Amino acid sequence: MSKKVLMQGNQAIAEAALVAGVKVCAGYPITPSTEVVELLSKKMPSYGGRFIQMEDEIASIGAIIGASAAGKKAMTATSGPGFSLMQELLGYAAMVEIPIVIYNAQRVGPSTGGATKPQQGDIMQTKWGSHGESPRIALSPSSVEEAYKLTITAFNLSEKYMVPVVILGDETLAHIRESITIPEPDSFEIINRRTDAVPQEEYLPYKVDDTRIPVLPPLGGGYRYNISGMIHGDKGVPNLAPDVIDYCIRRINNKLKKYYDDIVMVERIKEKGSRIAVLAYGSTTRPAKSAIKMAQKNGIKVDFIRPITIWPFPEREIREIASKVDKILVPEMNFEGQVAGLVRQSIEGAAEVIQFSKVSGLPMYAEEIYHQITKIDRGEK
Amino acid sequence: MSKLDKYLRLDQIPHFACSGCGHGTALAAMVRAIDKLGLDQNTTIMVCAIGCAGRLPVYLDFPSIRTPHGRALTVATGIKLANPELKVIVFMGDGDAAAIGGNHLIHAARRNIDLTAIIAINEIYGMTGGQYAPTTKPGHLASTAPFGMIEPQMDICKLVEAAGANFVARGDIFHIVELEKLMLKAISHKGFSVVEALTNCPTQFGRRNKNSKPSEMIKNIKEMTITKKQAEKLSKDELEHKLVRGILVEKERPEYIEEYDRITHFNKEVS
Repeated sequence: MSKKVLMQGNQAIAEAALVAGVKVCAGYPITPSTEVVELLSKKMPSYGGRFIQMEDEIASIGAIIGASAAGKKAMTATSGPGFSLMQELLGYAAMVEIPIVIYNAQRVGPSTGGATKPQQGDIMQTKWGSHGESPRIALSPSSVEEAYKLTITAFNLSEKYMVPVVILGDETLAHIRESITIPEPDSFEIINRRTDAVPQEEYLPYKVDDTRIPVLPPLGGGYRYNISGMIHGDKGVPNLAPDVIDYCIRRINNKLKKYYDDIVMVERIKEKGSRIAVLAYGSTTRPAKSAIKMAQKNGIKVDFIRPITIWPFPEREIREIASKVDKILVPEMNFEGQVAGLVRQSIEGAAEVIQFSKVSGLPMYAEEIYHQITKIDRGEK
Repeated sequence: MSKLDKYLRLDQIPHFACSGCGHGTALAAMVRAIDKLGLDQNTTIMVCAIGCAGRLPVYLDFPSIRTPHGRALTVATGIKLANPELKVIVFMGDGDAAAIGGNHLIHAARRNIDLTAIIAINEIYGMTGGQYAPTTKPGHLASTAPFGMIEPQMDICKLVEAAGANFVARGDIFHIVELEKLMLKAISHKGFSVVEALTNCPTQFGRRNKNSKPSEMIKNIKEMTITKKQAEKLSKDELEHKLVRGILVEKERPEYIEEYDRITHFNKEVS
């Protein structure tokens, strides 16, 4: 039986992680994410899991990588300053293909910024914050109920594709309390990483089959192989031959491309005859939808698209909408228009992208977005 | 074929270490200790990071994980949290363990998870070309201390003792049988144990400090270290440039994960 409960965003993420099967959580206190580690520290032992508070965020992500390498599902929770510290090992996890889940409750940055105020400023950092190029998945929930469901999805995708997954929330979502419907825990599909390794004599950790996804048995589980952040070929040991470097970088970065359809999720609301679209994500979603309703009442037709998956970016779906409308409004709680830029890059001029930026630390309001829609409708800049 | 060959990834030989490097001697002592203890090769995990010492465990045929610089202890901590049954040994250099990984070292010692940290001390950053380390002695030359090292030398044993390490020992690559025994004790001692292994770097340290002959460098190490008994007979002045070797700390503090599982009523059935 599903049940209706009142839940805070952070609480939903912690509860869902338990359903997903998290067995190790390591974290360091930081607002506005801390309720996640507080809750998990209390609940995990009875679920057969262990929580540890580490000396900093570097150590926290290090510990969850170690736990995952030893075969257990592992996560950490943090916010901007902590997420910055994690970049080194986030790139490492992507490089060595050890699945982990990181929840980043985005807050006002840069630097210490504002701990209790929301922002959407870590979109680029999530993908490009560590040196070099490596894959990750980022999911952007827009409600408490969706935060719950996407946390389970995050673990599933992470295990399935042996990749770090970042849940990109923000302060508003972290602390909002909503009445949500939780399905029976058994009703969720729970995916665990592959264990069908070939016998040790033939086994090479990074030799992939047609799936392109390596099978990495738990350390201590009977297979003796090496995990290394150095460029490696199939054997997993350092190898700087030019063809191996080329193969290694291309393989890890290509592996998610093959599974675009499984990973990339969008919400789409179509409106016949509209020339304007709004693209919103995360906690700007609801004010954007309200603004669209206000516009419709006043005779302005507006399409809507929401990337649920931020990385890989839903280029295909956004190109489709760009071929239909003239203008795409992207309201975002950041200065540069981090997602607006991605939209421009995806559609290559097929429509005009209008960025609406809010960086006051206040959430986006429906009226503000509606005002932008009316301006666009009147042909004003 | 030596009976220890089974612990090697022979396909990775030849190794990258310079001739005369002392790290291999320390690593070999560890392998012999593991052999004497009869540890299971499949469930003994090698964790290492970056630098000359950090690369060496890759030559050993254990499940191994090599992390970014300084982070080996954090990853080792996670491995133990996931599976406390595993034996986890962390092999590091001095820069790796005490500079970039210094904070992790302090807290691993304080926390007392059952890990063994073996720290090969050669007083220099060898891999990157001879820059000074926290363990470089004042006055010594390094590629980033062309006028001589100004900072005082860090005593890692004292640091981890103050932080609460359960077992601390210092050995060196001249007293090789003793080093092996210290490692054996450290690996079998429950809780966080540290073995400092003094080694030599002829290429990056010796060359700059007019003593690049490995045998001379090892002789210097031999003369620098004394036993506890010898130390008792020396005056404070005589002890100035000496390092005491042997077991320095041996305690029976409660191990973290055992305590965690007890206090939290950890549910093993569903773990």
